[in-house]
Amino acid sequence: MILRMSLGFLSLVLLAALSWAVLSLPEKPAGLTAEALSKLPESGVTNPVTAVLLNYRGYDTLLEVGVLLLAIVGVWSLRRGDLPLGDLRDRPLLMSLLRVLLPVLVLAAGYLLWIGAFAPGGAFQGGALLGGALVLVLLGGLARSFIHRHRLLRLGLVLGVLVFAGVCAVTKGLTDGLLEYPAGSGGAWILVIESAAMISIGLTLGLLYFGGRPDPGQKELDEGSPRHHA
Amino acid sequence: MTSSWAIALLILAPLAAAALAFAFPKRGCRMALASAVIVTAALVVLARGVLAGGAQLHRVGGWGAPLGIDLRADGLAVLMLGITVLIASAVALYSRHFFSLEHDGEAPHRARYFWPLFLFLWAALNALFLSADIFNLYVTLELLGFAAVTLVALAGRREALNAAMRYLFVSLSASLFYLLGVALVYGQCATVDLTALGAKAQPGPALWVALTLMTGGLAAKAALFPLHFWLPPAHANAPAPVSALLSALVVKGSFYILLRLWFEAFPALLTPAVAQAFGALGAAAILWGSINALFQPRLKLLVAYSTVAQLGYLFLLFPLAGARDDGFLAWSGGLIFLGAHACAKTAMFLTAGNILHAAGHDRIRDLDGITHVLPISAFAFGLAGLSLVGLPPSGGFAGKWLLLSACLAQGQWWWVIVMLFGSLLAAAYVMRVLNHAFTHVPDPATPNPIPPVMEWTALVLAVLAVGLGLVAAWPVEVLRLGAPAILGGAGP
Amino acid sequence: MKGARATMPDHRIYLLAGAALFVIGFYSLLVQAHLLRRIMALNVMGSGVFLVFIALGALTPGAFPDPVPNAMVLTGIVVSVCATGLGLALADRLQTDADKVELEDGPETSRNTTDTKEESGG
Repeated sequence: MILRMSLGFLSLVLLAALSWAVLSLPEKPAGLTAEALSKLPESGVTNPVTAVLLNYRGYDTLLEVGVLLLAIVGVWSLRRGDLPLGDLRDRPLLMSLLRVLLPVLVLAAGYLLWIGAFAPGGAFQGGALLGGALVLVLLGGLARSFIHRHRLLRLGLVLGVLVFAGVCAVTKGLTDGLLEYPAGSGGAWILVIESAAMISIGLTLGLLYFGGRPDPGQKELDEGSPRHHA
Repeated sequence: MTSSWAIALLILAPLAAAALAFAFPKRGCRMALASAVIVTAALVVLARGVLAGGAQLHRVGGWGAPLGIDLRADGLAVLMLGITVLIASAVALYSRHFFSLEHDGEAPHRARYFWPLFLFLWAALNALFLSADIFNLYVTLELLGFAAVTLVALAGRREALNAAMRYLFVSLSASLFYLLGVALVYGQCATVDLTALGAKAQPGPALWVALTLMTGGLAAKAALFPLHFWLPPAHANAPAPVSALLSALVVKGSFYILLRLWFEAFPALLTPAVAQAFGALGAAAILWGSINALFQPRLKLLVAYSTVAQLGYLFLLFPLAGARDDGFLAWSGGLIFLGAHACAKTAMFLTAGNILHAAGHDRIRDLDGITHVLPISAFAFGLAGLSLVGLPPSGGFAGKWLLLSACLAQGQWWWVIVMLFGSLLAAAYVMRVLNHAFTHVPDPATPNPIPPVMEWTALVLAVLAVGLGLVAAWPVEVLRLGAPAILGGAGP
Repeated sequence: MKGARATMPDHRIYLLAGAALFVIGFYSLLVQAHLLRRIMALNVMGSGVFLVFIALGALTPGAFPDPVPNAMVLTGIVVSVCATGLGLALADRLQTDADKVELEDGPETSRNTTDTKEESGG
């Protein structure tokens, strides 16, 4: 247990160092609030966080959507998804609950997407709700055939990255600045990016919960297998 | 294509290609090759732009720091991007055949997932080398780490999975240390831009702790002794092309960020004590890695420990370049060494992959007569070893020569002893392999056939490693563009 | 330091809380052996870092908090979720294939001196 005690001691040293550092930060850190708020009218949205996320530091968000896609690609490469899909046919109460919840979730997700320009909300928040909806669908066994449509799933998953990259290229062409929206159209471009991203995020989160690559549908099995992929 | 389009394509092309390679798995290899072509073309344009006009800056979104993110291409970035293009293209050519060699049930699966993961790795590296924003660098580090871990796990064997899990833990915790450092920096300076930090950062407790945290995380990702423990199992158990990518490129990404942080963003904190500490850890890495390499039974483990050792040389750059008078000598020496190592190590891992497939194993003791079977690969290994040891005219020699000159110019003779020992040990472990390889065996066992492309890519890279020394003057000139001011005597 | 007066609590307590979470998470990562606990430890570490960011945003003077750290935390949360997903999938693979829920030490020395042709990946 000497190892544990020495690790514990080192952790306390680390905590002391961090506390010292944190307390020696300026008491009123300057931050970037002023800059962010002053440029807000040009950004195309009125919610400062969305402006930072999709405009000022939109490039970070591009890479982040890339990380999301990478995660699902990684999980698919590691495992077959084996979530036991439920069967609600003989559980009418839960089925009715799902019938009510699912449309509400989808509606709420869309609302969050729209309102993100003006108030807290946006693609990630809406995507999280969609992901939750997909988890409910999977658990309730309502998506038995959907989960095997590999091609459709893959296209949905890559939509976010491809649209975002596409918008980057298009804005580069229009204004010669990567992700520099032409004057006045920032809000529209942001909505385009966020809509595509929301679908991908929702699918990604739900499929991460599913835990791995679904079995390919019969159609793809018929098309694909004997050839090598190189 | 203008320079700013080149910068955009360098990042967007592999990223989009990765997405497409996942969406259309049968065309994964073609996506990779198309992306390689686009990236190479973009790099040529960017390099021309940097050589003509100095460092190229692109303010993403038109905002500019501190509110926006800046992408910057100076000489160092162009060099790193160039090394990446070279190694990644070679590995792509190699992998095209590598994954069709295996005939177990899981092989098509591996091939299918390799391409998107490979392209994500490449996108992450390009984004990393071009970024001038420390929070953006965090995101690129995570992108890079996830791609690397999943590529290691692609091998499927339990040792590979174990190594990948360990690598993931190290990578994630290291990233969080780095991120906490970023938070402290932001709290202190209200900016996360490298150039802005270079201008306004003043030493203080918060920045000292922040830099320690960030360095700790980055050193773990760069496998600096004593945080190197994750590297040998990960690099040894990954598929051969993945091992090459990891040793040649992925670990160098974190090292690159360390250079940017200490030489550009916080040069005032690079005191002689800190610099010597880096050097000491580098020296320990050289000795520990080389000695361990001597005793490894397996070829891939030997090569992996050799990476730990060679990375130690890179950290000698800190005490030698940070001493502030004519530091550019050591700066260029370390970076030439980095490039030569990337080529040589890739050649070695690709060779190991060839041997593993041809002979069915990579036990060094049982590699007698492998030259009969794989003459090109054995020759490639020998040439790569030449560069690793540091014999003229190789790039390894050029790098070590510059570092030694810097040692002598600054009177830090103790590093000379370390480098001498390092070279001797490297010679010992390289000879160990070549000894077995070139043993004459009366009737060699029949090998599994290897497509020639796989052998030739290894050889080309080894030749490049050796030939780099002959053309070293040119990369040195490129490095001058935008080199950090504290190196003294460096160009604008 | 503790905000005893009513008007404005000293948000710096959150900076310290974030630091404490970070250290607790890191200690657990080092000390715990079970893979699942280590993944959770990483999540706790991440939460600590995010708390520091948010507190920095709250400390800035003025009516609005600083939106930049908030956006950074959003990014961080997404990355953290991805990391957890990846970690869990990998841990489950290890459990299925190797029947282990802890990392093995010294994996390079023990087995794998008998690579056979069927072994994949080189």
